[in-house]
Amino acid sequence: MSTQILMPALSPTMEEGKLAKWLVKEGDEVHSGDLLAEIETDKATMEFEAVDEGRIGKLLVAEGTEGVKVNAPIAELITEDGEAAPVAAASVKEPVAAPKEVAGTVAPTPVAKAALIEPQVPDGTEMVTITVREALRDAMAEEMRRDPDVFLMGEEVAQYQGAYKISQGLLEEFGAKRVIDTPITEHGFTGLGVGAGFAGLKPIVEFMTWNFAMQAIDQIINSAAKTRYMSGGQMSCPIVFRGPNGPAARVAAQHSQDYSAWYARVPGLKVVAPYFAADAKGLLKAAIRDPNPVVFLENEIVYGRSFPVPKLDDFVLPIGKARVIREGKDVTLVSYSMGVALLLDAAEELAKAGIDAELIDLRTLRPLDIDTVVASVQKTNRLVTVEQDWPICSIGSEVCAQVVEKAFDYLDAPPAKVSGKDVPMPYAHNLEKLALPSVEEVVAAAKAVLYRS
Amino acid sequence: MSDPSVAEGDGVNTRPTPSSATLKKFYHDMLLIRRFEERAGQLYGMGLIGGFCHLYIGQEAVVVGMQNALLPGDQVITAYRDHGHILASGMDPKGVMAELTGRAAGYSKGKGGSMHMFSVEKNFFGGHGIVGAQVPLGTGIAFANKYRENGAVTLAYMGEGAANQGQVYESFNMAELWHLPVLYVVENNQYAMGTSVERASAQPKFYKRGESFNVPGEEVDGMDVEAVFEAGRKALEFVRGGGGPMILEMKTYRYRGHSMSDPAKYRTRDEVQSIRDRKDPIDQFGKKLVDRELASDVDLKTIDKEIRLIVNEAAEFAIEAPEPEASELYTDVLA
Repeated sequence: MSTQILMPALSPTMEEGKLAKWLVKEGDEVHSGDLLAEIETDKATMEFEAVDEGRIGKLLVAEGTEGVKVNAPIAELITEDGEAAPVAAASVKEPVAAPKEVAGTVAPTPVAKAALIEPQVPDGTEMVTITVREALRDAMAEEMRRDPDVFLMGEEVAQYQGAYKISQGLLEEFGAKRVIDTPITEHGFTGLGVGAGFAGLKPIVEFMTWNFAMQAIDQIINSAAKTRYMSGGQMSCPIVFRGPNGPAARVAAQHSQDYSAWYARVPGLKVVAPYFAADAKGLLKAAIRDPNPVVFLENEIVYGRSFPVPKLDDFVLPIGKARVIREGKDVTLVSYSMGVALLLDAAEELAKAGIDAELIDLRTLRPLDIDTVVASVQKTNRLVTVEQDWPICSIGSEVCAQVVEKAFDYLDAPPAKVSGKDVPMPYAHNLEKLALPSVEEVVAAAKAVLYRS
Repeated sequence: MSDPSVAEGDGVNTRPTPSSATLKKFYHDMLLIRRFEERAGQLYGMGLIGGFCHLYIGQEAVVVGMQNALLPGDQVITAYRDHGHILASGMDPKGVMAELTGRAAGYSKGKGGSMHMFSVEKNFFGGHGIVGAQVPLGTGIAFANKYRENGAVTLAYMGEGAANQGQVYESFNMAELWHLPVLYVVENNQYAMGTSVERASAQPKFYKRGESFNVPGEEVDGMDVEAVFEAGRKALEFVRGGGGPMILEMKTYRYRGHSMSDPAKYRTRDEVQSIRDRKDPIDQFGKKLVDRELASDVDLKTIDKEIRLIVNEAAEFAIEAPEPEASELYTDVLA
């Protein structure tokens, strides 16, 4: 009989990968632990081992094939006495590890959804479609070329090329002096980075994820954010703290959390949380040049998404400006980072119901561009905020409060908040899905503020 | 601040003994801190200084000895018991005292207070209120020295209480790993707030605390300014020469409480008095100067008189200087 060898998931958020190389050929006998193939994900190239014993039947996917979905059959394994059974796609089990709702929105993101570009980009500018991951890397590389005081430090940023491959190629270009692997000591290396900033360098401190930055939050807030004020303006700390923030996939409570509101409250910091690749690039370049400490919140699931980025020599966006990414007249939907993906999908659903939603990507959380939100609410008279963070004292809470203060008379319904649920992130697939905000919830909230059902 | 009179002969920091002018300067600098701190304590009692106020009385030899061993361009960072450090950096006592009273003329415009004073001009990087936080910060300043290859060394002070913080060891590890030009000075004044060394430290020999990271250390009599200066000079030479980080443990003692609100129930008056009588860094050093005929009693009295004048002026200035304008509330948050 035969079984199928399936494309493995090699990380919590992997949806597909490249079958880089077969290490076996048809007819080879394999034993448990033998290397079968090299699989290249967007994060790393990894070897894939046999689990069962048998003889390799047909190789179903040629080496060099890109975009092989997780759990797709890639080869057949003939075990003991059997002949290879015909490959039937139906025999592939339903993927367990890869959350389907995420899979549905991951690669490749339709460009049309992201076609709304920055107003200040000159007409006729060529657009290049790249991933958010590449946009972030390009931003750092460009700024490192421009200013010798800029350097990158963090866990696995150099030789490993970044735990999420954001720093790919930087070690080769800039050398070990400027791309520095640190020990796993967030508290220490964050303080060290802040001290280097005090001394006039421009560090980029990468956190493998923002979850681990909680070890270092004292240095971010007490040292980086407050020292300018406490020194009467004498001291400066031009530093960027960056890394993936927010829920990833199936990594449970300690590795799935949105820290936006934690940092957005702190005077002395700027906080940026982009979704699109162009914003990631333009705002990271601005953050590196900013003389203040900037908390730059990325998202692991967004890293692999592709969007158009203007092909300009020096594309820098202003920190502190929200962007209307879809104009509409009926209801204002506001979000940031991964939540923007929900807005885009919800707007399509709402359009089917004849509701014309205006979408705002906050992009920067501190300073918060409330004027753009207020102007929109003055037009639509309805507000829904969307975020993956917990609901209490969140960015959505703040946007709602400020809109009520500043545009109460324009509101035709109480503002609505869609957020993550008020629980630690569960591991179980179904519970995780419930804990996160969904397109359906956004659509329902938009209809609710329009008194439509 | 380095005294040029020290750096004679065939190079910097190689002359075996400081000149008499330098020794008198040591005395002057220590006494200035002593008198300044006594006055600060008095102003605190009068309600003119608020919040936390950690006096340096008893520990003067440490900062004066170390500061005089530095070269121009070297940097200093410390925790919240920082009055002595900013004075030893050469900042005007008026600006320091005015910061303590929260006035616009203070070095942080009255926004930092006793624990948060800085002087970019003098390479004094503060003045930090969180126990141990200054240690990675100082290591980062040293990282910048290495990055720029500027030959400077960073002096990162900490109390022996801070030396139990995890981030200190994260710093030792990175400093040795990357061979950073940083000299860690543990000011062991025997008490972390009210907890004595033996009640908080499994390894009370703090100069040994770098052993696991191959960071060498040395114990120094922190009540003897000459010993501090000598040890500091050698250690700085080692670090500057590319030897990597080093630890100096200064055995010292603070006479006053941890802060002004410390009831000092954790030790006896006799203990404090006994140290004062036998080991006071200023009295003992004054006697030495007289014994060696480098200064007379009259000279020392003259120095004391001058210092009292300076401190009086600083106090008057700090009391009379205006508070910050209300508009200052919102300045200096961001660049």
